[in-house]
Amino acid sequence: MASNSILEMNNITKTFPGVKALDDVTLKVERGEIHAICGENGAGKSTLMKVLSGVYPFGTYSGDIFYENEVRKFSNISDSEAEGIVIIHQELALSPHLSIAENIFLGNEIKNIFGLINWNKTYQEASSLMARVGLKEDPNLPIKDVGVGKQQLVEIAKALSKRVKLLILDEPTAALNDEDSAHLLDLLRHLKGQGITSIIISHKLNEIEAIADTTTILRDGKTIESLNMKGSKVSQERIIKGMVGREMDNRYPAREANIGEEILRVENWTAYHPIDSTRLVVDNVSMNVRKGEIVGLAGIMGAGRTEFARSLFGHSYGTNISGKVFKNGTEIQVRTISEAISNGLAYATEDRKRFGLNLIEDVKRNISLASLKSFVTFGLVNDNEEYKRASEYRASMNIKSPSVLSVVGQLSGGNQQKVVLSKWINVNPDVLILDEPTRGIDVGAKYEIYLIIQRLAAEGKGVIVISSELPELIGICDRIYAISEGSISGEVLRKDAKPELLMSYMTKEKSKK
Amino acid sequence: MSTTTNQKKSPFEAIKTRLQGVDLRQNGIFLALIGLVIFFAVTTPNAASISPTNFSNLVVQNGYILVLAIGMVMVIIAGHIDLSVGSIAAFIGAVAGILTVRPIEQDGWEWLPALPWWAGILGAILVGAIVGMWQGFWVAYVGIPAFIVTLAGMLLFRGLALMALQSSNIGPFPDEFRAIGNGFMDKEKTLNGLIGMPEQYNAIALILTALGIVAIWISQLRTRAGKLRYEQPVEPTFWFYGKNVILSFMVAYLGFQLSQANGIPITLVVVVFLILLYTMIMNKTPFGRYIYAIGGNLNAAVLSGINVRLVNFFLFVNIGALAALSGVLITARMNSAVPKAGDGFELDAISSVFIGGAAVQGGVGTVTGSMLGGMIQGVLANGMNLNSVGIDVQMTIKGLVLLLAVAFDVWSKRRK
Repeated sequence: MASNSILEMNNITKTFPGVKALDDVTLKVERGEIHAICGENGAGKSTLMKVLSGVYPFGTYSGDIFYENEVRKFSNISDSEAEGIVIIHQELALSPHLSIAENIFLGNEIKNIFGLINWNKTYQEASSLMARVGLKEDPNLPIKDVGVGKQQLVEIAKALSKRVKLLILDEPTAALNDEDSAHLLDLLRHLKGQGITSIIISHKLNEIEAIADTTTILRDGKTIESLNMKGSKVSQERIIKGMVGREMDNRYPAREANIGEEILRVENWTAYHPIDSTRLVVDNVSMNVRKGEIVGLAGIMGAGRTEFARSLFGHSYGTNISGKVFKNGTEIQVRTISEAISNGLAYATEDRKRFGLNLIEDVKRNISLASLKSFVTFGLVNDNEEYKRASEYRASMNIKSPSVLSVVGQLSGGNQQKVVLSKWINVNPDVLILDEPTRGIDVGAKYEIYLIIQRLAAEGKGVIVISSELPELIGICDRIYAISEGSISGEVLRKDAKPELLMSYMTKEKSKK
Repeated sequence: MSTTTNQKKSPFEAIKTRLQGVDLRQNGIFLALIGLVIFFAVTTPNAASISPTNFSNLVVQNGYILVLAIGMVMVIIAGHIDLSVGSIAAFIGAVAGILTVRPIEQDGWEWLPALPWWAGILGAILVGAIVGMWQGFWVAYVGIPAFIVTLAGMLLFRGLALMALQSSNIGPFPDEFRAIGNGFMDKEKTLNGLIGMPEQYNAIALILTALGIVAIWISQLRTRAGKLRYEQPVEPTFWFYGKNVILSFMVAYLGFQLSQANGIPITLVVVVFLILLYTMIMNKTPFGRYIYAIGGNLNAAVLSGINVRLVNFFLFVNIGALAALSGVLITARMNSAVPKAGDGFELDAISSVFIGGAAVQGGVGTVTGSMLGGMIQGVLANGMNLNSVGIDVQMTIKGLVLLLAVAFDVWSKRRK
């Protein structure tokens, strides 16, 4: 295996119940390069990095990892860190009340011969590491008082303290502003000069174009191609083609839209951040949905899509919410969730495990939870009727579980999503807001979810679909709104919808006031 | 990292293992109780542990813990805890004393007439509910963790109990009041005389036992028939009949033993009534379902339109009222309201709930499980007393039982 590559991952396959997250993936990273990994949500990027760093230990996947010309069998993160592989997750792993210096050496403290922490040396080392990453702050400052961009630098300093050889960054610039992003990219180039190899996972193609030496594209858990970015100029369009370039024809079921009267109209909807009440999160959004119509909401992460949906659904997000909601032309109130539900709204969350399901409870009780009152006679829940109704959903939604008494936490993502949809369909809503309805589920189950969405529209309901996957929105929606920085930045009919056009709306910056 | 290991198995397999685990737990605790009873029947001198009087004592000695455990399991399923129930019980004992016994010797209460016994009991429970409102307000509407609110309540209500009793006792109580903690159904066996039954057995006890067994069969058969009509899965036939035959035998045995002592304790009637009522509330009413939903996933419960604050508020009102009832039981049994009453009851109630299979994270637990947990502790303490085991060893063993019961839970969950 003598070669110039620092890392080779060969034929990596990793399966979860019902989903093949990685299917025969191969990744080859040259020593001292910046290697970008691109792919849509759910393509398997993060899973691949978790395999590499030992989060999924050796034995839970098949395939080989060659690192520094040796086969590696990492069984946890400290194994891989000992070899100089450090991963920085999108959600930073810093302790907010500890200082910068303490965070840098957390779990890796500089100790004297008595096993006590040598604080003088800690601060000295921290200062020199901070200088290497260009972080000009007091090492005593608590992390909570440091901005997100600088926190990212602290993470990198922490990686350097572990003598990192291969640095993995998962969406490092997703939460950063332009200035911080530029600084971070400069730093990566600088580290490259010092011989540190980096793998960067990013959705921001302009950054990849600017910084990467090689780009590997994953799609549906498979390696599609590795593009050499150094010689010939590879355009962003070329990368997009690799990311989304599957056959569009059979991924989305055909449908005759039968669109009627307007069923829901939102006017001048505005909401502020729940903690920082001066931060505008949803900015004067106006939109409408008609009966039988599937309306898409496109936007990059953090654009305010979910925040808009949840503030609309019973003010379940945000403060100082203002704006008007009309259903069938008459104004309705949505101040609490039960009010929103009784006015015919339903919202299926993007994060079904945290916000959608009681994972320790069975299918039946999850389906009935939001509509439990409809099963009550003389103050008591009729569990026979409940069982019958849940069984009907299990059949009609094709929920693959041994029975409706099976525990939801044990089902695959696609089946869990069908339980969430059943739960909300059973409140008999007029308008359903489906937030990332196909996130993290496999292609086959996605198709079934699309069929369900179309069936709801055919029944005359209004459906709002929020998604990060543009082909999905284009494939199933009649009309798509683009959201950028909390406000509607464009509206596109299906026939005009192209990923490039939507992306340009989604990344449109508000004119500075 | 147990989640990642789960994912290796097929979901079907995993569910099967899980259901087996649940069965193991439910049956295990029941078998443990029976095992304990048999163990002490063999080891205690003259088999004193299964004598009619001892069964009678077991019931009246543990009734107030069982009442507390009912409220506690609901609070714990919702993901909270209540450390204040023992102090509330003492405070309510004082309230009941002030209401029922005209406390001549207590300065400052001269204006208050002594109320009839039933008004005293109702008043005491009402005050308990108000205490619950106070704690529920802080937990549900201000958002202070229940651990803190009830830790404060533990001191607060103990202090109020001392204040109300002016550091002395109130008693004695009217006979009718005492009966709820110490009385029996037709202890004088007047019915025996009317129907000409031998004095050896209490007629009411035998009749009630027989009625109870009939009621068990009717309700079990009806539930099963309803499920079958809706094509719900039911237990295998032999299991269903076997289980209920064993249950009937146990009820019959207990009733028969009690009939040879003083008859059925009023406390037992109260406890059985509460178990039935709260089992129904937890399984069959939206309120009960919401408690499980809140404990299982608070966020999902909120987004399903459940008024979580209101549910939490009522949970504390409920446990306040049950703690009050427990205070009435202990006061009636001791025939005296004392400031130290109920000391450490909260820990017994919490242990019962966790031995009974509830999860610290919330979302899991049953009323019947907690009752079994409470009975295991009661039988254990009673049996050790009869064997003249010292208090030092008793505490050690009780601690180990709690630890091992929960360790067994953790272990059986990790295994799958």
